[in-house]
Amino acid sequence: MTNMMPSPYLPNTDADRRAMLREIGVGSIEELFRDIPEKLCHAQFKLPSPLSEMELKKELSKLANCNVSFDNYACFLGGGSYHHFIPSTVEHVIGRSELYTAYTPYQAEVSQGTLQGTYEYQSLACQLTGMEVSNDGMYDGSTAAAEAAIMACMITKRGKVALSTTVNPTYRDVISTYIKARNFSIGTVELGSSLSSDCACLVAQQPNFFGYLEEMKPHVQKTHDIGALFIAIVDPISLGMFKPPGHYGADIAVADGQALGNPTSCGGPGLGVFTCRQEYLRQMPGRIVGKTVDVEGKPGYVMTMVTREQYIRRERATSNICTSEALMALAAAVYLATLGKRGLRHVAELCYHKAHYAAEEIAKLKGYSLVFSKPFFKEFAIRCPVAPSRINQALFNEDIIGGLDISHIIDNAMLLCVTEMNTKQEMDKLVEILGGF
Amino acid sequence: MNHHYLLPDVSQPGKMGCSLPALDVPPTELPPKELLRQELKLPEVSEVELMRYFAALSKLNYGVDTGFYPLGSCTMKYNPKWHEDIAKLAGFASIHPLQPEESVQGALQLMFELQEYLAEITGMNATSLVPIAGAHGEFTGLLLVKAYQQDRGDKARKKILLTDSSHGTNPASAVMCGFEIGVVASDSEGNVDMKTLESAMNEEVAALTLTMPTTLGLFDPQILEISQLVHERGGLLGADGANLNAFLGRVKFGELGYDYVQLNLHKTFSTPHGGGGPGSGPVCVKEDLADFLPSPLVIKNDGRYKFVSPAKSIGRIANFYGNFGVMCKAYAYIRSLGAAGLKEVSENAVLNANYLKEKLKPYYYLPYDRTCMHEVVLSGRRQKAKGVRTVDIAKRLLDYGLHPPTVYFPLIVDEALMIEPTETESKQTLDAFIEAMKEIARDVEENPEVLHTAPHNTPVRRLDDVRAARNPDLRWQMRD
Repeated sequence: MTNMMPSPYLPNTDADRRAMLREIGVGSIEELFRDIPEKLCHAQFKLPSPLSEMELKKELSKLANCNVSFDNYACFLGGGSYHHFIPSTVEHVIGRSELYTAYTPYQAEVSQGTLQGTYEYQSLACQLTGMEVSNDGMYDGSTAAAEAAIMACMITKRGKVALSTTVNPTYRDVISTYIKARNFSIGTVELGSSLSSDCACLVAQQPNFFGYLEEMKPHVQKTHDIGALFIAIVDPISLGMFKPPGHYGADIAVADGQALGNPTSCGGPGLGVFTCRQEYLRQMPGRIVGKTVDVEGKPGYVMTMVTREQYIRRERATSNICTSEALMALAAAVYLATLGKRGLRHVAELCYHKAHYAAEEIAKLKGYSLVFSKPFFKEFAIRCPVAPSRINQALFNEDIIGGLDISHIIDNAMLLCVTEMNTKQEMDKLVEILGGF
Repeated sequence: MNHHYLLPDVSQPGKMGCSLPALDVPPTELPPKELLRQELKLPEVSEVELMRYFAALSKLNYGVDTGFYPLGSCTMKYNPKWHEDIAKLAGFASIHPLQPEESVQGALQLMFELQEYLAEITGMNATSLVPIAGAHGEFTGLLLVKAYQQDRGDKARKKILLTDSSHGTNPASAVMCGFEIGVVASDSEGNVDMKTLESAMNEEVAALTLTMPTTLGLFDPQILEISQLVHERGGLLGADGANLNAFLGRVKFGELGYDYVQLNLHKTFSTPHGGGGPGSGPVCVKEDLADFLPSPLVIKNDGRYKFVSPAKSIGRIANFYGNFGVMCKAYAYIRSLGAAGLKEVSENAVLNANYLKEKLKPYYYLPYDRTCMHEVVLSGRRQKAKGVRTVDIAKRLLDYGLHPPTVYFPLIVDEALMIEPTETESKQTLDAFIEAMKEIARDVEENPEVLHTAPHNTPVRRLDDVRAARNPDLRWQMRD
């Protein structure tokens, strides 16, 4: 019995390799590396010894089990990543290897699956947001927002970005990194206060970081009055029951599409939904797929508007984006199609009613109150009688992942998130533990 | 039913693709009408119709599991199936990024160790896993350059040099970081033209970014002189690491004199490309740049893992920690191969590419007749002289059930055909490709029409790109 096993991923045998070397006319593989200076060509690598599939699966399962997952814990954590139900259809479609092992669809004739899937995604993203055009997606919600702000600067030829104070703080950091990289400037403003006339755009979030919703139309109007663009960051699930950005006049609407059929997966892969008004199509970043016909008149799909892209336009491209999150966009399309109009509305309403049930029960507790008395969707901030970290520890001991500690923003405040995944039983237990403080 | 229908065509009111639970709490009052949505037009389809629709779509697609995919610069190697299963484990997929660190020590350990492995593989000191794709990694690398130069008070360096064979993302990323571009030419051997570099490398230049091996699939033997020159003149040397598969487990970027390198886990480390993502584009850096890395990094302290923000961090570049799901697969890849296995990868990748080069050069012009690395760039200029373009050759390959190479890139090769076989292809597969390419070369002489009209047996034939761009049809609309 031998201990040496052939690599499953290297199909050539020694005999194949010898035959190939003969054809090439060299004596050894080593000779093929002759352009590399000798002293650089034999680096030493300290890496763990290799293990077989069976051994590693066992080890990695163990490592995975060191993490507390939603399988065993109830989760009330949101803040940009959301635990929503994922129908099995999603996994079964994106798990088809013709789709997930393909590259970017440069050869349209053999990539109609990817391309038509993208066309479906773009269509569904527009239906959902009420916007006119969509690309094939960006990295995540935060980079989508950042590139939207840059796009607004390019369109308006102004270099100043205004951010509402209620935008998710990590989004604010990402947008700031991108804007400063480009040598543009950025500042925050209270929603409703007046903007200086040299602003390229106002970026606002609906529902905002603290979970509540506002009538956006007046803010859009004010933004347009100074010739700036209005960029909305939205929660895609909320659009199952709330007015979409297209209806209140947003020029660009972005979202994190993770909630649309993608697991939270410790923060990635996510999906940056990116939609805008038709008139800004040619300033958009990212891949766009269009419908056309082949030489026989048969309908088919291609990547289009490619003169915006880096591989054609290089330094004059609208963005550097190349590989993005195409498979996650497909997952979003399958998710939206699986739920359909009734399903998405139902999921949104489940979130809404459950979140309000939990909020009302918590507000009845002594020492607790809702921070804002405004309409909210699935997230809401509560003021606690003690430090949220203490409460979260107690919740954790009872198999509950508590809310996001935002006491650095609002005294003793916690941001809770309730989705359709949270049962009444879980919420009652949450309330009971909170009541113990 | 053929595939020429879309979701709205199978939609009928009242259908749904899954079941959902009823509300288990008393309903509350709805919010003010001004906030509520009046109508939501989404398709309504049953689960069976939905699955048939998407199953039919998948059959129109060509992936690595379908066949040979020698797309140059893209490293379309086989994606081990069990890696997919690892990323789907509940302990990895069903965890929230903002959970307490104590509750996700397994995930942090995986990220920490992957940071260490990638630093070791590239010969660097620190790694950020946050960049989500290759271009995002380039953007990050250039922000590090900018922060480093500004930190040491060198504010006049506003230019990034790159070569005329570089990927389009390189100049686009530089512009996103507020830099100007300078282009360095390649010499007749395909190497960096030292004279142009010599004169271009002045006190305005913040860094040179140089893909290694270059996008011509060639290792530039002057690399040590290049890095010395760049450093002497106060610049940094950055690598677009798209071509790491050429010397994985053999050569370290750090030892070549690079200050940072951006990797593509979805190329070199076998994670699938997903039809255009998810990718993962970690950046590995030398000590001097480590303090500037994006937030956060994972560190190990007293046996516990935690997130930290480096002292002079460029800030956040993404909402969380990068594409963790992709990291799981790359981690599995490195652990299953080990150092010796990684070296075998590059050896076989280079062997396969050189085999193709030798067998094809009698039929197609080889602009740089020297040993290639993991890919070979041919030119269709002989065929062009006969009225057949490289695009025709590519389309004809589709008739053979093969995916064509990258075409018309790099830009400095006329009618370029950039072929990257990867190590996961057998001699048999390569021979079938060679036979197809030989037959195509013969058809150029004897039957060019078959090339002009190719492909013939694909789900659709050549598509009208001009029409698509002139009359954009980018979405369907629901009927009422």
